[in-house]
Amino acid sequence: MSEQHIKLPEGSIEKTTTTLNLGPTHPATHGVFQNILELDGERIVSADQTVGYIHRAFEKIAERRPLYQITPLTDRLNYCSSPINNMGWHLTCEKLLGVKTPKRVDYLRVIIMELARISDHLICNSIVGVDAGAYTGFLYVMQYRELIYEIYEEVCGSRLTTNIGRIGGFERNFNDIAFQKLEKFLKEYPRVLKELENLFVRNRIFMDRTMGVGPISAERALNYGFTGPNLRAAGVDYDIRVHAPYSSYEDFQFEIPVGTTGDCYDRFLVRSQEMWQSLSILEQAYRKVQEFKGADAEVYHADVPEYYLPPKADVYTKMEALIWHFKIIMGEIDMPAGEVYHSVEGGNGELGFYFISDGGRTPYRLHFRRPCFIYYQAFEELTKGAMLSDAIIVMSSLNLIAGEMDA
Amino acid sequence: MELTNDIIKQKLIEKFGDQVTDFTEPYGMLTFSASRDLNLKVLNFLYDNSELKFRFLTDLCAVHYPGQKGKELAVVYHLHNLEDNIRVRFKIFTDITQPDVYTATGLFSAANWMERETYDFYGVNFLGHPNLKRILNVDEMDYFPMRKEYPLEDQTRMDKDDEMFGRGGTIGFGNERTNQGTLTETKKSNAGEDIV
Repeated sequence: MSEQHIKLPEGSIEKTTTTLNLGPTHPATHGVFQNILELDGERIVSADQTVGYIHRAFEKIAERRPLYQITPLTDRLNYCSSPINNMGWHLTCEKLLGVKTPKRVDYLRVIIMELARISDHLICNSIVGVDAGAYTGFLYVMQYRELIYEIYEEVCGSRLTTNIGRIGGFERNFNDIAFQKLEKFLKEYPRVLKELENLFVRNRIFMDRTMGVGPISAERALNYGFTGPNLRAAGVDYDIRVHAPYSSYEDFQFEIPVGTTGDCYDRFLVRSQEMWQSLSILEQAYRKVQEFKGADAEVYHADVPEYYLPPKADVYTKMEALIWHFKIIMGEIDMPAGEVYHSVEGGNGELGFYFISDGGRTPYRLHFRRPCFIYYQAFEELTKGAMLSDAIIVMSSLNLIAGEMDA
Repeated sequence: MELTNDIIKQKLIEKFGDQVTDFTEPYGMLTFSASRDLNLKVLNFLYDNSELKFRFLTDLCAVHYPGQKGKELAVVYHLHNLEDNIRVRFKIFTDITQPDVYTATGLFSAANWMERETYDFYGVNFLGHPNLKRILNVDEMDYFPMRKEYPLEDQTRMDKDDEMFGRGGTIGFGNERTNQGTLTETKKSNAGEDIV
């Protein structure tokens, strides 16, 4: 077709770029969010992100709920590592209420949080592989995420949205099966992780696809509010577990892996190394938990009758337990007034809770600092001038979770 | 010398005098506020000062206090000095009828979406923001839902037909269909008979 056949309306400007809607429901976005890409051939000229498709108004809902009913809301933020969100929320409440948890509870929490971190990084890294065309690794490591989920199941009864733990500790003690499964995991997982690394780290195709793709300097990353593995891949050794230890992280020996270029390859390596560190923390924590003997080994919560539900048997037989049970369930407990910011090292960055209490029974204001909502802004800067296929890899290697972004 | 809350407070008072007020330390985090015209000056000072170096914006959000006349909306910045590992919380209060606040996007790229979110939910108008539009809610929304005058829906309301979620409509308590019609209908007819 020759050019004179195309009749554009009078005064119209010929568009030289192509607009591509990547999302909201696209298999490669791994969640519901949209990128409107402006493409020149296959190169990205500009990207415009739209988020909010699964906004559920958690902050508003939280203003009408007693503390224990907010835990299930936090599950649904970063649902790849919901136990970390749950623990972060409990720790925030404990900070506000001045609850001191026993050491054994802290160590059990560390076990759960590090398992969650491994499952989060595992998914993220294997998804990067999927988006680069290697599906095998993803399918293979799913077995071990499954094993982690089985451990959650032994502790809290659910798998993905866990609602695990309570203010002051855990809802029940870890049973023997949980520990057996943990042992199995500690024994078998290193080999699997090594294999996953073998599959990718020195793989020519993978290196070509990820090295130099979506890089960011440390300075820009900080300015964009990057946290977690994405910031560390850019070379900043900021880890909340070290800088503001919570849940007795100061008792553990571990390293903070850092990258240099902040590209997808470094992000992959940092996550991979963090899994090794998490494994080492898990081993240490498990050893520490085993050191508790006798009555100490039965401790799984702090003594906070105002917030920790009494055992059900006591509710039926003892007056005091019945009263506390009723008051907690009906949300009739007044909190101390105050404002507190507490953050934990989530799967993909600093997960913060800014909690204002006016002395009532529900939070006056609760704000979640959701890491991926903040660093997703950098997407345009990361992908400008890159190819369309690079945008996909950048997206998955940033570990964007729609549930967390939209809260 | 290690940076402490007292030093930060000292420096702020040296620079801004009594324009920076309300120093408190809830749970160890230095909290202070300033008038809304000063927000950029204070943020810039905290950023540039060679000892303070608060160069990481952790969080930005708003709070609504309907009871405080003329200071209904608070914009809260959480700043972090990563070198000395210390955080501060900085608040500015603004009037709800004209909530104009200068944007911090020039200083922190991260502030872009955080401010959009704050605008979306509280209607804080960030002056100079490059792209101040709603982010999580639909563009057509004509109110700011996180303000306290919009309470959550009453869970027991019956006027709304929300059949799929077990409320109103034909499913739900009292509305189960029997041979004589639903419970509500039977009651109505019985009431009529009593009168006769």
